[in-house]
Amino acid sequence: MSILIDENTKVIFQGFTGDKGTFHAKEAIEYGTKIVGGVTPGKGGQTHLGLPVFNTVKEAVKATGATATQIFVPAPFAADAVMEAADAGLELAVVIAEGVPTQDMMKVKRYLLRYPPDYRMTVVGPNCAGVISVGKAMLGIMPPHIYTKGRIGIVARSGTLGYEAAAQMAKYGLGVSTSAGIGGDPINGSSFVDMLKRFEKDDETDAVMLIGEIGGPQEAEAAAFVKEHMTKPVVGFVAGLTAPAGRRMGHAGAIVSAFGDTAAEKTEIMRQAGMAVATSPAELGEVMASVMGQKV
Amino acid sequence: MDIHEHQAKDILAGFGVPVPTGMVAYTAAQAVQLAEEIGGERWAVKAQIHSGARGKAGGIKLCRTLDEVQAAAHELLGNVLVTTQTGPAGKVCHRVLIEKAVPIASEIYLALVLDRGLQRVTIIGSAEGGMDIEQVAATKPEAIVKIVIEPAVGIQAFQAREVAFGLGFKGKQVKGAVAAINGAYRAFRDLDASMVEINPLIVTERGEVLALDAKMSFDDNSLFRRPQINELRDYTQEDPREVEAAEHGLSYIGLDGEIGCIVNGAGLAMATMDLIKHAGGEPANFLDIGGGASPERVANAFRLVMSDPQVKVILVNIFAGINHCDWVAQGIIQAIGEVNLKVPLVVRLAGTNVEEGRRILAESGLAITSAEELSDAAEAAVKALKSAQRGARV
Repeated sequence: MSILIDENTKVIFQGFTGDKGTFHAKEAIEYGTKIVGGVTPGKGGQTHLGLPVFNTVKEAVKATGATATQIFVPAPFAADAVMEAADAGLELAVVIAEGVPTQDMMKVKRYLLRYPPDYRMTVVGPNCAGVISVGKAMLGIMPPHIYTKGRIGIVARSGTLGYEAAAQMAKYGLGVSTSAGIGGDPINGSSFVDMLKRFEKDDETDAVMLIGEIGGPQEAEAAAFVKEHMTKPVVGFVAGLTAPAGRRMGHAGAIVSAFGDTAAEKTEIMRQAGMAVATSPAELGEVMASVMGQKV
Repeated sequence: MDIHEHQAKDILAGFGVPVPTGMVAYTAAQAVQLAEEIGGERWAVKAQIHSGARGKAGGIKLCRTLDEVQAAAHELLGNVLVTTQTGPAGKVCHRVLIEKAVPIASEIYLALVLDRGLQRVTIIGSAEGGMDIEQVAATKPEAIVKIVIEPAVGIQAFQAREVAFGLGFKGKQVKGAVAAINGAYRAFRDLDASMVEINPLIVTERGEVLALDAKMSFDDNSLFRRPQINELRDYTQEDPREVEAAEHGLSYIGLDGEIGCIVNGAGLAMATMDLIKHAGGEPANFLDIGGGASPERVANAFRLVMSDPQVKVILVNIFAGINHCDWVAQGIIQAIGEVNLKVPLVVRLAGTNVEEGRRILAESGLAITSAEELSDAAEAAVKALKSAQRGARV
């Protein structure tokens, strides 16, 4: 079993009939993802890509038995789509949209608390590349051909740095079990720690590559979790050593505004937690290879 | 997005936060007229620029006569003010706030921010007003009051009272402090702010509570539903290159180095800057072309990077997922065709349609250094920079 999704996961698309939704639904189907339908309010009853379209997520779930959703609606409507998915009893929602208002995410996180932990939907994203369980299924916008099957889990705030990590794993013959993008926003549906917990339990993952960046407390929380709870090795990297303080570097969440926010501080916190840390983004594969070599 | 002090005070006053009497002037003559209208014996003339630390930079002047108001406004208006927060280029002052000056008995720090760990709005107060809050947190943590707001129900009266008493407000002042705290929270929530800072919140010698200074920032992602906030944008306070970049769907931040960067994805853009530094160079900018970039957007990115005279080498680093390498290659060729490229160009393409992208570049016959790996790209860029510099010296 891989984490979050596999070839048996039944998936719907919210924002199914739009250009982007259509393009990425085709890619996902081609990769082997079990897409069972989509939701576009007002287009219920139609067929798209040979699959049924529904007006509401509840109808889609009832008719298809879907357990996961890929949310491709624009940022202003993303929070509503996530809450609709949670209310329909789905287990996983992957949100790609960039530009979701922070207070909307605050509302979403609060809304999810109304469900008991065992029934609470997992949200991945927003502003992320999505999730791919290599050779099984993908929910996202990543180029699937760069991933080779292997036993390294990848979790990254940045989409493209996640790709970079996957390419470097392939180069060192390591390959990837699942790669999850948690997104570049200040409030994420799932955190590094949420993903580490899943990788620790996953029998298809031997080690984890964790790619952070400047801003926020997540990398430090992840380091503490690694130290206390992870038996599998975790290799870290933090982007933004050259980022000036007080400037937002593209991602809404990438800004140095408090102590512990800089790449240097986060790198040091990871080291102190006993993690191997790559100091250059060109060394992700090399450091992971040496960690795996030492382990054998 | 940031706004001016006078705008933040207008907004906060609308939410019941007590603020001093004041009006904004665009000329020295208008400043005098407004001071007369406001009345009293002392006025503060405050430069309106998007920066804190204005006082130490000479941007806030206390005046005892209308002539002094005239002189202060005349000195500030049209001039560039350099503070510890503006960078060496400073920011130009086009308006001044004229306020009735009041005798201060005590100063409090009050701010509302997003606590990213808790994922909630947090109110932070310090009885050591005017002082750097991080310094207070480090040296006198007991002086800091912090409460977290539950987003489903918003701030509760007891929470505002806790903050007010915790910050040492007494007697009738408590009511004013509670009004300031409640109002600041409601403004934050209702207008999608990302930060509200009142520093200082003062108690006057007559016992009134007033927000003497105010700063507000807003969540850029929410501006689509806050047109009234969007209208407050002052482009004179922003880096024109960053404004232009945003119009083209690019995220750009100018830096001091010589290697211009064109990258997709914020994380990879930061990592590319780090690699340049690692290889012994300095990045000239952060630039993320975003997802789904058309050849036009890539061409715009080139124009933007090349408009920086510091740039001696350009490094393009694209790991295409939602982007396509062939589009990027077409954009590069289009840009070179339109702009006379005088600096060496290093391109690293990977991901979706990479072969097609590389083929387009190779067949273009242009002098482009191609790199396959991330580290090769940065090293090639630094090498090109060094040989360009040697060439310049000869």
